Amino acid sequence: MIEGGISVGLDITWAVDWVRRSAQVIADHRVELITLDREIGDGDHGENMDRGFQAVLPKLDDLAAGSTPGDVLKLVATTLISTVGGAAGPLYGTAYLKAAAAAGGAVSLDGTAIAAILTAARDGVVSRGKAESGDKTMIDAWTPAVDAADAAAAAGVDAAGVFAAAADAAEAGAVATEPLVARKGRASYLGERSAGHRDPGAESSALLLRAAADAAAASAGA
Amino acid sequence: MKKIINDPKRVVDESVAGFGLAHADLVRVEFDPIRVVRADAPIAGKVGIVSGGGSGHEPLHAGYVGFGMLDAAVPGAVFTSPTPDPILAATKAVDGGAGVLHIVKNYTGDVLNFETAADLAAADGIEVRSVVTNDDVAVKDSLYTAGRRGVAGTVLVEKIAGAAAERGDSLDEVVAVAERVNASARSMGLALTPCIVPHAGEPSFTLAEDEIEIGIGIHGEPGRERVKLEPADRLVDRLLEPILEDLPYERGERALLFVNGMGGTPQIELYLAYRRAAEVLEERGIEIARSLVGNYITALEMQGMSITLLKLDDEMIELWDAPVQTAALRWGR
Repeated sequence: MIEGGISVGLDITWAVDWVRRSAQVIADHRVELITLDREIGDGDHGENMDRGFQAVLPKLDDLAAGSTPGDVLKLVATTLISTVGGAAGPLYGTAYLKAAAAAGGAVSLDGTAIAAILTAARDGVVSRGKAESGDKTMIDAWTPAVDAADAAAAAGVDAAGVFAAAADAAEAGAVATEPLVARKGRASYLGERSAGHRDPGAESSALLLRAAADAAAASAGA
Repeated sequence: MKKIINDPKRVVDESVAGFGLAHADLVRVEFDPIRVVRADAPIAGKVGIVSGGGSGHEPLHAGYVGFGMLDAAVPGAVFTSPTPDPILAATKAVDGGAGVLHIVKNYTGDVLNFETAADLAAADGIEVRSVVTNDDVAVKDSLYTAGRRGVAGTVLVEKIAGAAAERGDSLDEVVAVAERVNASARSMGLALTPCIVPHAGEPSFTLAEDEIEIGIGIHGEPGRERVKLEPADRLVDRLLEPILEDLPYERGERALLFVNGMGGTPQIELYLAYRRAAEVLEERGIEIARSLVGNYITALEMQGMSITLLKLDDEMIELWDAPVQTAALRWGR
Protein backbone atom coordinates (compact mmCIF):
# COMPACT_ATOMS: atom_id res chain seq x y z
CA MET A 1 0.00 0.00 0.00
CA ILE A 2 1.42 3.38 -1.00
CA GLU A 3 0.10 6.59 0.49
CA GLY A 4 1.70 9.92 -0.28
CA GLY A 5 4.73 8.11 -1.58
CA ILE A 6 5.45 6.37 1.78
CA SER A 7 5.08 2.61 2.01
CA VAL A 8 2.96 1.82 5.06
CA GLY A 9 3.27 -1.95 4.84
CA LEU A 10 5.25 -3.50 7.69
CA ASP A 11 8.54 -5.12 6.70
CA ILE A 12 11.57 -6.81 8.21
CA THR A 13 12.74 -3.60 9.84
CA TRP A 14 9.45 -3.34 11.67
CA ALA A 15 9.57 -7.01 12.70
CA VAL A 16 13.06 -6.69 14.19
CA ASP A 17 12.10 -3.43 15.90
CA TRP A 18 9.02 -5.15 17.36
CA VAL A 19 11.16 -7.89 18.88
CA ARG A 20 13.60 -5.37 20.37
CA ARG A 21 10.76 -3.30 21.80
CA SER A 22 9.13 -6.49 23.12
CA ALA A 23 12.29 -7.49 24.96
CA GLN A 24 12.54 -3.98 26.41
CA VAL A 25 8.92 -3.75 27.51
CA ILE A 26 8.99 -7.21 29.09
CA ALA A 27 12.21 -6.33 30.94
CA ASP A 28 10.66 -3.04 32.09
CA HIS A 29 7.53 -4.84 33.35
CA ARG A 30 9.25 -7.97 34.65
CA VAL A 31 8.56 -7.20 38.30
CA GLU A 32 4.97 -6.13 37.59
CA LEU A 33 4.30 -9.43 35.78
CA ILE A 34 5.90 -11.41 38.59
CA THR A 35 3.71 -9.58 41.10
CA LEU A 36 0.52 -10.17 39.11
CA ASP A 37 1.40 -13.85 38.77
CA ARG A 38 2.27 -14.20 42.43
CA GLU A 39 -1.18 -12.92 43.37
CA ILE A 40 -3.08 -15.62 41.49
CA GLY A 41 -0.46 -18.04 40.21
CA ASP A 42 3.09 -18.97 41.07
CA GLY A 43 5.03 -15.79 40.40
CA ASP A 44 7.22 -16.89 37.50
CA HIS A 45 5.64 -15.19 34.48
CA GLY A 46 7.80 -12.05 34.35
CA GLU A 47 10.98 -14.02 34.93
CA ASN A 48 10.20 -16.59 32.25
CA MET A 49 9.10 -14.10 29.60
CA ASP A 50 12.16 -11.93 30.27
CA ARG A 51 14.45 -14.95 29.91
CA GLY A 52 12.76 -15.84 26.61
CA PHE A 53 12.93 -12.43 24.96
CA GLN A 54 16.49 -11.79 26.15
CA ALA A 55 17.38 -15.07 24.43
CA VAL A 56 15.83 -13.87 21.16
CA LEU A 57 17.86 -10.64 21.00
CA PRO A 58 21.30 -12.05 20.08
CA LYS A 59 19.69 -14.28 17.46
CA LEU A 60 18.40 -11.25 15.55
CA ASP A 61 21.98 -10.56 14.49
CA ASP A 62 22.14 -13.94 12.79
CA LEU A 63 19.14 -13.37 10.53
CA ALA A 64 20.09 -14.03 6.91
CA ALA A 65 19.91 -11.21 4.38
CA GLY A 66 16.52 -11.17 2.72
CA SER A 67 14.71 -12.48 5.80
CA THR A 68 11.00 -11.69 5.99
CA PRO A 69 8.76 -10.71 8.92
CA GLY A 70 7.61 -14.34 8.91
CA ASP A 71 11.20 -15.49 9.49
CA VAL A 72 11.46 -13.20 12.51
CA LEU A 73 8.18 -14.48 13.95
CA LYS A 74 9.39 -18.06 13.53
CA LEU A 75 12.68 -17.22 15.25
CA VAL A 76 10.76 -15.79 18.19
CA ALA A 77 8.53 -18.89 18.29
CA THR A 78 11.32 -21.45 18.42
CA THR A 79 13.33 -19.43 20.93
CA LEU A 80 10.39 -18.94 23.29
CA ILE A 81 9.46 -22.64 23.08
CA SER A 82 12.99 -23.67 24.05
CA THR A 83 13.66 -21.05 26.73
CA VAL A 84 10.49 -19.91 28.50
CA GLY A 85 9.03 -23.12 29.96
CA GLY A 86 5.86 -23.12 32.03
CA ALA A 87 2.59 -22.72 30.16
CA ALA A 88 3.64 -19.41 28.62
CA GLY A 89 6.46 -20.99 26.56
CA PRO A 90 4.31 -23.39 24.52
CA LEU A 91 1.39 -20.93 24.34
CA TYR A 92 3.37 -17.92 23.12
CA GLY A 93 5.53 -20.23 21.00
CA THR A 94 2.41 -21.52 19.27
CA ALA A 95 1.07 -17.98 18.82
CA TYR A 96 4.26 -16.80 17.07
CA LEU A 97 4.52 -20.01 15.05
CA LYS A 98 0.97 -19.66 13.71
CA ALA A 99 1.58 -15.97 13.07
CA ALA A 100 4.72 -16.86 11.09
CA ALA A 101 2.76 -19.35 8.99
CA ALA A 102 0.08 -16.74 8.29
CA ALA A 103 2.73 -14.18 7.34
CA GLY A 104 4.26 -16.68 4.94
CA GLY A 105 7.03 -15.31 2.75
CA ALA A 106 5.51 -11.84 2.41
CA VAL A 107 8.09 -9.05 2.40
CA SER A 108 5.58 -6.43 3.51
CA LEU A 109 2.37 -6.80 5.49
CA ASP A 110 -0.68 -4.58 5.06
CA GLY A 111 -3.57 -4.09 7.46
CA THR A 112 -5.49 -7.11 6.17
CA ALA A 113 -2.42 -9.32 6.54
CA ILE A 114 -1.87 -8.10 10.10
CA ALA A 115 -5.46 -8.93 11.02
CA ALA A 116 -5.02 -12.42 9.54
CA ILE A 117 -1.76 -12.93 11.46
CA LEU A 118 -3.34 -11.92 14.77
CA THR A 119 -6.29 -14.23 14.10
CA ALA A 120 -3.95 -17.15 13.40
CA ALA A 121 -1.96 -16.46 16.57
CA ARG A 122 -5.10 -16.31 18.71
CA ASP A 123 -6.51 -19.49 17.17
CA GLY A 124 -3.23 -21.26 17.87
CA VAL A 125 -3.34 -20.32 21.55
CA VAL A 126 -6.97 -21.46 21.81
CA SER A 127 -6.26 -24.84 20.24
CA ARG A 128 -3.20 -25.42 22.47
CA GLY A 129 -4.54 -24.14 25.78
CA LYS A 130 -8.25 -24.92 25.32
CA ALA A 131 -9.27 -21.66 27.00
CA GLU A 132 -12.35 -19.69 26.02
CA SER A 133 -13.21 -16.03 26.36
CA GLY A 134 -14.00 -15.17 29.96
CA ASP A 135 -11.76 -17.89 31.43
CA LYS A 136 -9.36 -15.15 32.68
CA THR A 137 -6.43 -16.01 30.43
CA MET A 138 -4.39 -14.34 27.68
CA ILE A 139 -7.30 -15.10 25.35
CA ASP A 140 -9.23 -12.30 27.05
CA ALA A 141 -6.67 -9.87 25.63
CA TRP A 142 -6.26 -11.62 22.30
CA THR A 143 -9.86 -12.00 21.22
CA PRO A 144 -10.82 -8.31 21.61
CA ALA A 145 -7.54 -7.48 19.84
CA VAL A 146 -8.40 -9.75 16.93
CA ASP A 147 -11.93 -8.35 16.70
CA ALA A 148 -10.64 -4.77 16.71
CA ALA A 149 -7.96 -5.61 14.14
CA ASP A 150 -10.54 -7.23 11.85
CA ALA A 151 -12.83 -4.21 12.09
CA ALA A 152 -9.98 -1.79 11.43
CA ALA A 153 -8.70 -3.79 8.47
CA ALA A 154 -12.21 -4.03 7.01
CA ALA A 155 -12.47 -0.24 7.30
CA GLY A 156 -9.32 0.09 5.22
CA VAL A 157 -7.03 1.24 8.01
CA ASP A 158 -3.30 0.71 7.36
CA ALA A 159 -1.11 -1.80 9.18
CA ALA A 160 0.01 0.60 11.90
CA GLY A 161 -3.59 1.58 12.52
CA VAL A 162 -4.66 -2.07 12.73
CA PHE A 163 -1.99 -2.74 15.36
CA ALA A 164 -2.96 0.39 17.28
CA ALA A 165 -6.58 -0.79 17.38
CA ALA A 166 -5.48 -4.27 18.45
CA ALA A 167 -3.24 -2.90 21.22
CA ASP A 168 -5.99 -0.63 22.58
CA ALA A 169 -8.44 -3.54 22.66
CA ALA A 170 -5.89 -5.90 24.25
CA GLU A 171 -5.18 -3.40 27.03
CA ALA A 172 -8.88 -2.99 27.71
CA GLY A 173 -9.25 -6.77 27.62
CA ALA A 174 -6.44 -7.25 30.12
CA VAL A 175 -8.01 -4.73 32.50
CA ALA A 176 -11.37 -6.48 32.04
CA THR A 177 -9.89 -9.76 33.37
CA GLU A 178 -9.72 -8.23 36.85
CA PRO A 179 -13.25 -9.13 38.04
CA LEU A 180 -13.26 -12.52 36.31
CA VAL A 181 -13.05 -15.87 38.09
CA ALA A 182 -10.32 -17.99 36.48
CA ARG A 183 -11.38 -21.22 34.81
CA LYS A 184 -8.11 -22.24 33.17
CA GLY A 185 -4.46 -22.19 34.13
CA ARG A 186 -3.03 -22.12 37.62
CA ALA A 187 -5.25 -19.26 38.81
CA SER A 188 -8.28 -21.55 38.34
CA TYR A 189 -7.33 -23.36 41.55
CA LEU A 190 -8.18 -20.22 43.48
CA GLY A 191 -11.80 -20.24 42.37
CA GLU A 192 -13.65 -17.12 43.50
CA ARG A 193 -10.51 -15.75 45.10
CA SER A 194 -8.97 -15.18 41.65
CA ALA A 195 -11.43 -12.31 41.12
CA GLY A 196 -9.98 -8.86 41.74
CA HIS A 197 -6.62 -9.57 40.10
CA ARG A 198 -5.51 -8.94 36.54
CA ASP A 199 -4.41 -11.99 34.57
CA PRO A 200 -0.63 -11.81 33.99
CA GLY A 201 -0.83 -13.58 30.60
CA ALA A 202 -3.43 -11.08 29.36
CA GLU A 203 -1.20 -8.27 30.62
CA SER A 204 1.93 -9.56 28.84
CA SER A 205 -0.12 -10.06 25.66
CA ALA A 206 -1.27 -6.44 25.79
CA LEU A 207 2.32 -5.27 26.35
CA LEU A 208 3.56 -7.21 23.32
CA LEU A 209 0.79 -5.91 21.06
CA ARG A 210 1.49 -2.34 22.23
CA ALA A 211 5.16 -2.88 21.35
CA ALA A 212 4.06 -4.01 17.88
CA ALA A 213 1.87 -0.93 17.47
CA ASP A 214 4.67 1.38 18.64
CA ALA A 215 7.11 -0.24 16.22
CA ALA A 216 4.55 0.12 13.42
CA ALA A 217 3.95 3.79 14.24
CA ALA A 218 7.70 4.42 14.23
CA SER A 219 8.02 2.59 10.94
CA ALA A 220 5.13 4.54 9.34
CA GLY A 221 6.62 7.81 10.55
CA ALA A 222 10.09 6.99 9.28
CA MET B 1 15.04 -13.48 52.07
CA LYS B 2 17.75 -15.65 53.60
CA LYS B 3 18.82 -18.58 51.44
CA ILE B 4 22.01 -20.56 50.89
CA ILE B 5 22.42 -19.50 47.27
CA ASN B 6 24.82 -17.60 45.03
CA ASP B 7 23.14 -16.08 41.97
CA PRO B 8 19.35 -16.66 41.98
CA LYS B 9 19.53 -17.43 38.25
CA ARG B 10 22.08 -20.22 38.85
CA VAL B 11 20.26 -22.02 41.68
CA VAL B 12 19.01 -24.98 39.65
CA ASP B 13 22.22 -25.51 37.66
CA GLU B 14 24.42 -25.35 40.75
CA SER B 15 22.15 -27.59 42.81
CA VAL B 16 21.80 -30.20 40.10
CA ALA B 17 25.58 -30.12 39.56
CA GLY B 18 26.02 -30.86 43.26
CA PHE B 19 23.46 -33.64 43.06
CA GLY B 20 25.42 -35.22 40.21
CA LEU B 21 28.67 -35.08 42.18
CA ALA B 22 27.07 -36.51 45.31
CA HIS B 23 25.39 -39.38 43.49
CA ALA B 24 27.78 -40.19 40.68
CA ASP B 25 27.22 -43.90 41.37
CA LEU B 26 23.53 -43.52 40.50
CA VAL B 27 23.25 -40.79 37.89
CA ARG B 28 25.04 -38.69 35.36
CA VAL B 29 24.10 -35.04 35.00
CA GLU B 30 24.16 -33.58 31.52
CA PHE B 31 23.92 -29.87 30.72
CA ASP B 32 22.74 -27.84 27.72
CA PRO B 33 20.00 -28.79 28.09
CA ILE B 34 20.03 -29.91 31.72
CA ARG B 35 18.85 -33.43 32.64
CA VAL B 36 19.65 -36.13 35.19
CA VAL B 37 20.04 -39.59 33.67
CA ARG B 38 20.44 -42.95 35.35
CA ALA B 39 24.12 -43.94 35.22
CA ASP B 40 23.53 -47.14 33.24
CA ALA B 41 20.92 -45.77 30.80
CA PRO B 42 19.82 -46.70 28.25
CA ILE B 43 19.07 -50.26 29.28
CA ALA B 44 18.38 -52.44 26.25
CA GLY B 45 14.87 -53.88 26.23
CA LYS B 46 13.68 -51.97 29.32
CA VAL B 47 10.94 -49.35 29.19
CA GLY B 48 12.51 -45.98 29.98
CA ILE B 49 10.73 -43.71 32.44
CA VAL B 50 11.17 -39.95 32.35
CA SER B 51 9.63 -37.45 34.71
CA GLY B 52 10.29 -33.82 35.38
CA GLY B 53 8.84 -30.49 36.20
CA GLY B 54 9.74 -27.29 37.92
CA SER B 55 12.53 -27.44 40.49
CA GLY B 56 11.90 -26.67 44.15
CA HIS B 57 10.15 -29.99 44.93
CA GLU B 58 13.29 -31.92 45.86
CA PRO B 59 13.88 -34.80 46.19
CA LEU B 60 11.31 -35.02 43.35
CA HIS B 61 12.30 -35.83 40.60
CA ALA B 62 16.10 -36.25 40.41
CA GLY B 63 16.14 -37.96 43.80
CA TYR B 64 14.14 -40.80 42.26
CA VAL B 65 16.48 -41.55 39.35
CA GLY B 66 18.11 -44.94 39.69
CA PHE B 67 17.48 -48.67 39.79
CA GLY B 68 13.81 -49.54 40.10
CA MET B 69 12.41 -46.05 39.61
CA LEU B 70 13.13 -43.29 37.04
CA ASP B 71 15.58 -43.46 34.15
CA ALA B 72 15.75 -39.68 33.85
CA ALA B 73 14.52 -36.51 35.49
CA VAL B 74 14.25 -33.14 33.82
CA PRO B 75 14.50 -30.20 36.23
CA GLY B 76 12.97 -26.92 35.05
CA ALA B 77 13.55 -23.53 36.59
CA VAL B 78 12.12 -23.20 40.11
CA PHE B 79 8.38 -23.93 39.90
CA THR B 80 8.51 -23.74 36.09
CA SER B 81 8.06 -26.66 33.75
CA PRO B 82 11.13 -27.55 31.72
CA THR B 83 11.00 -26.76 28.01
CA PRO B 84 10.62 -29.53 25.42
CA ASP B 85 14.36 -29.63 24.51
CA PRO B 86 15.68 -31.25 27.71
CA ILE B 87 12.65 -33.54 27.91
CA LEU B 88 13.43 -34.73 24.38
CA ALA B 89 17.13 -35.14 25.20
CA ALA B 90 16.26 -37.19 28.31
CA THR B 91 13.79 -39.30 26.35
CA LYS B 92 16.44 -40.13 23.75
CA ALA B 93 19.01 -40.87 26.48
CA VAL B 94 16.83 -43.54 28.13
CA ASP B 95 15.29 -45.17 25.07
CA GLY B 96 16.36 -48.79 25.23
CA GLY B 97 14.11 -49.82 22.36
CA ALA B 98 11.08 -50.77 24.48
CA GLY B 99 9.51 -47.32 24.49
CA VAL B 100 9.49 -44.48 26.98
CA LEU B 101 6.91 -43.45 29.56
CA HIS B 102 6.55 -39.80 30.55
CA ILE B 103 5.11 -39.29 34.03
CA VAL B 104 3.70 -35.76 34.09
CA LYS B 105 2.06 -33.88 36.94
CA ASN B 106 -1.16 -32.23 35.84
CA TYR B 107 -0.15 -28.59 35.62
CA THR B 108 -0.83 -26.71 32.39
CA GLY B 109 2.82 -25.91 31.69
CA ASP B 110 4.10 -29.43 32.36
CA VAL B 111 1.42 -31.01 30.21
CA LEU B 112 2.04 -28.66 27.26
CA ASN B 113 5.85 -28.99 27.32
CA PHE B 114 5.82 -32.78 27.74
CA GLU B 115 3.25 -33.06 24.92
CA THR B 116 5.51 -31.10 22.60
CA ALA B 117 8.52 -33.22 23.59
CA ALA B 118 6.55 -36.45 23.05
CA ASP B 119 5.59 -35.28 19.54
CA LEU B 120 9.23 -34.51 18.75
CA ALA B 121 10.38 -37.90 20.13
CA ALA B 122 7.72 -39.68 18.09
CA ALA B 123 9.03 -37.88 15.02
CA ASP B 124 12.43 -39.41 15.86
CA GLY B 125 10.87 -42.89 15.97
CA ILE B 126 10.67 -43.31 19.76
CA GLU B 127 7.41 -44.70 21.12
CA VAL B 128 6.34 -42.39 23.97
CA ARG B 129 3.32 -42.74 26.20
CA SER B 130 2.28 -40.31 28.90
CA VAL B 131 0.57 -40.75 32.23
CA VAL B 132 -0.65 -37.49 33.76
CA THR B 133 -0.99 -37.66 37.54
CA ASN B 134 -3.91 -35.82 39.15
CA ASP B 135 -4.34 -37.06 42.72
CA ASP B 136 -5.12 -33.72 44.42
CA VAL B 137 -8.65 -33.75 45.84
CA ALA B 138 -8.37 -30.09 46.90
CA VAL B 139 -9.52 -29.17 43.41
CA LYS B 140 -13.20 -29.95 43.70
CA ASP B 141 -14.54 -28.75 40.40
CA SER B 142 -12.44 -30.12 37.59
CA LEU B 143 -14.88 -28.79 35.01
CA TYR B 144 -14.10 -25.16 35.80
CA THR B 145 -10.39 -25.48 36.45
CA ALA B 146 -7.36 -26.89 34.69
CA GLY B 147 -8.27 -30.15 36.48
CA ARG B 148 -6.91 -31.83 39.56
CA ARG B 149 -3.23 -31.27 40.14
CA GLY B 150 -0.59 -33.95 40.27
CA VAL B 151 0.99 -33.87 43.73
CA ALA B 152 2.39 -36.42 46.20
CA GLY B 153 0.72 -39.40 44.51
CA THR B 154 3.28 -38.84 41.75
CA VAL B 155 6.02 -40.28 43.99
CA LEU B 156 4.03 -43.49 44.39
CA VAL B 157 3.34 -43.70 40.64
CA GLU B 158 7.06 -43.28 39.93
CA LYS B 159 8.08 -45.99 42.42
CA ILE B 160 5.53 -48.57 41.32
CA ALA B 161 5.78 -47.94 37.56
CA GLY B 162 9.57 -47.93 37.94
CA ALA B 163 9.48 -51.37 39.55
CA ALA B 164 7.23 -52.66 36.77
CA ALA B 165 9.66 -51.40 34.13
CA GLU B 166 12.63 -52.85 36.03
CA ARG B 167 11.11 -56.35 36.05
CA GLY B 168 10.68 -56.17 32.29
CA ASP B 169 7.05 -55.21 31.79
CA SER B 170 6.10 -53.90 28.34
CA LEU B 171 5.28 -50.25 27.73
CA ASP B 172 1.56 -51.06 27.71
CA GLU B 173 1.87 -52.86 31.04
CA VAL B 174 3.90 -50.09 32.67
CA VAL B 175 1.39 -47.50 31.46
CA ALA B 176 -1.48 -49.61 32.82
CA VAL B 177 -0.01 -49.95 36.30
CA ALA B 178 0.96 -46.26 36.40
CA GLU B 179 -2.60 -45.29 35.51
CA ARG B 180 -3.99 -47.70 38.08
CA VAL B 181 -1.82 -46.22 40.84
CA ASN B 182 -2.80 -42.69 39.86
CA ALA B 183 -6.48 -43.62 39.80
CA SER B 184 -6.15 -45.24 43.25
CA ALA B 185 -4.29 -42.36 44.93
CA ARG B 186 -5.81 -39.29 46.58
CA SER B 187 -3.94 -36.41 48.21
CA MET B 188 -4.63 -33.21 50.06
CA GLY B 189 -2.20 -30.67 51.50
CA LEU B 190 -2.00 -27.65 53.76
CA ALA B 191 0.49 -24.87 54.38
CA LEU B 192 1.43 -23.08 57.59
CA THR B 193 3.80 -20.67 55.85
CA PRO B 194 4.43 -19.58 52.28
CA CYS B 195 7.63 -20.32 50.38
CA ILE B 196 10.00 -17.93 48.63
CA VAL B 197 10.99 -18.51 45.01
CA PRO B 198 14.68 -17.45 44.81
CA HIS B 199 14.33 -15.13 41.82
CA ALA B 200 11.13 -13.58 43.18
CA GLY B 201 12.72 -12.87 46.56
CA GLU B 202 9.37 -12.47 48.30
CA PRO B 203 6.86 -14.94 49.70
CA SER B 204 4.45 -16.36 47.13
CA PHE B 205 1.56 -15.45 49.42
CA THR B 206 1.13 -14.18 52.95
CA LEU B 207 -0.52 -15.85 55.90
CA ALA B 208 -1.25 -14.27 59.25
CA GLU B 209 0.62 -15.73 62.21
CA ASP B 210 -2.40 -17.79 63.28
CA GLU B 211 -3.64 -18.65 59.78
CA ILE B 212 -3.14 -21.70 57.55
CA GLU B 213 -4.05 -22.44 53.96
CA ILE B 214 -5.97 -25.64 53.22
CA GLY B 215 -5.74 -27.30 49.82
CA ILE B 216 -2.41 -26.00 48.58
CA GLY B 217 -0.64 -27.53 45.62
CA ILE B 218 3.12 -27.92 45.58
CA HIS B 219 4.09 -24.52 44.21
CA GLY B 220 3.00 -22.28 47.04
CA GLU B 221 0.00 -21.46 44.93
CA PRO B 222 -2.82 -20.53 47.26
CA GLY B 223 -5.31 -23.23 48.07
CA ARG B 224 -9.06 -23.19 48.57
CA GLU B 225 -9.63 -21.68 51.98
CA ARG B 226 -7.90 -20.11 54.91
CA VAL B 227 -8.65 -21.11 58.45
CA LYS B 228 -7.18 -20.48 61.88
CA LEU B 229 -4.44 -22.84 62.99
CA GLU B 230 -5.88 -25.81 64.87
CA PRO B 231 -4.43 -28.78 66.77
CA ALA B 232 -2.69 -31.38 64.60
CA ASP B 233 -5.41 -34.00 64.98
CA ARG B 234 -8.01 -31.64 63.58
CA LEU B 235 -5.71 -30.70 60.69
CA VAL B 236 -5.19 -34.35 59.82
CA ASP B 237 -8.95 -34.86 59.87
CA ARG B 238 -9.39 -31.90 57.52
CA LEU B 239 -7.05 -33.56 55.03
CA LEU B 240 -8.33 -37.12 55.39
CA GLU B 241 -12.05 -36.35 55.17
CA PRO B 242 -12.07 -35.18 51.53
CA ILE B 243 -9.68 -37.99 50.59
CA LEU B 244 -11.94 -40.70 52.02
CA GLU B 245 -15.03 -39.00 50.67
CA ASP B 246 -13.57 -38.93 47.17
CA LEU B 247 -12.41 -42.56 47.15
CA PRO B 248 -14.31 -44.51 49.78
CA TYR B 249 -12.84 -47.67 51.32
CA GLU B 250 -14.58 -50.88 52.36
CA ARG B 251 -13.61 -52.25 55.75
CA GLY B 252 -10.59 -54.52 55.35
CA GLU B 253 -9.23 -52.80 52.26
CA ARG B 254 -5.52 -52.04 52.26
CA ALA B 255 -3.86 -48.68 51.87
CA LEU B 256 -0.46 -47.06 51.65
CA LEU B 257 -0.47 -44.08 54.01
CA PHE B 258 1.94 -41.37 52.92
CA VAL B 259 2.46 -38.34 55.16
CA ASN B 260 4.61 -35.87 53.26
CA GLY B 261 6.34 -32.75 54.49
CA MET B 262 6.37 -29.64 52.30
CA GLY B 263 10.03 -28.91 53.02
CA GLY B 264 9.97 -26.86 56.22
CA THR B 265 8.15 -29.25 58.54
CA PRO B 266 10.25 -31.48 60.78
CA GLN B 267 9.76 -35.23 61.00
CA ILE B 268 8.64 -34.92 64.61
CA GLU B 269 5.48 -33.17 63.41
CA LEU B 270 4.99 -35.51 60.45
CA TYR B 271 5.04 -38.58 62.68
CA LEU B 272 2.70 -36.86 65.11
CA ALA B 273 0.31 -36.32 62.21
CA TYR B 274 0.82 -39.91 61.03
CA ARG B 275 -0.28 -41.14 64.45
CA ARG B 276 -3.68 -39.42 64.07
CA ALA B 277 -4.08 -40.53 60.44
CA ALA B 278 -3.42 -44.14 61.46
CA GLU B 279 -5.99 -43.80 64.24
CA VAL B 280 -8.65 -42.54 61.81
CA LEU B 281 -7.95 -45.33 59.32
CA GLU B 282 -8.10 -47.95 62.06
CA GLU B 283 -11.50 -46.62 63.17
CA ARG B 284 -12.73 -47.10 59.61
CA GLY B 285 -11.32 -50.61 59.34
CA ILE B 286 -8.74 -49.69 56.70
CA GLU B 287 -5.56 -51.73 56.92
CA ILE B 288 -2.36 -49.68 56.56
CA ALA B 289 -0.35 -52.22 54.59
CA ARG B 290 2.52 -49.87 53.72
CA SER B 291 3.59 -46.39 54.79
CA LEU B 292 5.91 -43.55 53.87
CA VAL B 293 6.70 -40.54 56.07
CA GLY B 294 9.05 -37.69 55.23
CA ASN B 295 9.83 -34.80 52.91
CA TYR B 296 9.47 -36.50 49.52
CA ILE B 297 7.77 -33.84 47.38
CA THR B 298 8.22 -30.34 48.67
CA ALA B 299 7.61 -26.66 47.99
CA LEU B 300 11.01 -25.20 48.87
CA GLU B 301 11.02 -24.17 52.56
CA MET B 302 7.25 -24.19 52.99
CA GLN B 303 5.98 -25.44 56.33
CA GLY B 304 3.08 -27.79 55.81
CA MET B 305 2.19 -31.33 54.89
CA SER B 306 0.12 -33.44 52.60
CA ILE B 307 -1.54 -36.77 53.16
CA THR B 308 -1.85 -39.32 50.38
CA LEU B 309 -3.81 -42.52 50.56
CA LEU B 310 -3.21 -45.18 47.92
CA LYS B 311 -5.64 -48.07 47.71
CA LEU B 312 -3.39 -51.10 47.31
CA ASP B 313 -3.79 -54.39 45.48
CA ASP B 314 -1.41 -57.37 45.56
CA GLU B 315 0.53 -56.29 42.48
CA MET B 316 1.02 -52.76 43.76
CA ILE B 317 2.35 -54.13 47.08
CA GLU B 318 4.75 -56.44 45.27
CA LEU B 319 6.01 -53.56 43.11
CA TRP B 320 6.23 -51.19 46.08
CA ASP B 321 8.37 -53.74 47.93
CA ALA B 322 10.60 -54.39 44.91
CA PRO B 323 14.21 -53.18 45.24
CA VAL B 324 14.90 -49.51 44.59
CA GLN B 325 18.18 -47.62 44.66
CA THR B 326 17.89 -43.89 44.26
CA ALA B 327 19.16 -40.90 46.20
CA ALA B 328 15.89 -40.49 48.09
CA LEU B 329 14.38 -43.97 48.25
CA ARG B 330 16.39 -47.12 48.63
CA TRP B 331 15.64 -50.55 49.94
CA GLY B 332 15.99 -54.24 49.10
CA ARG B 333 19.26 -53.94 47.21
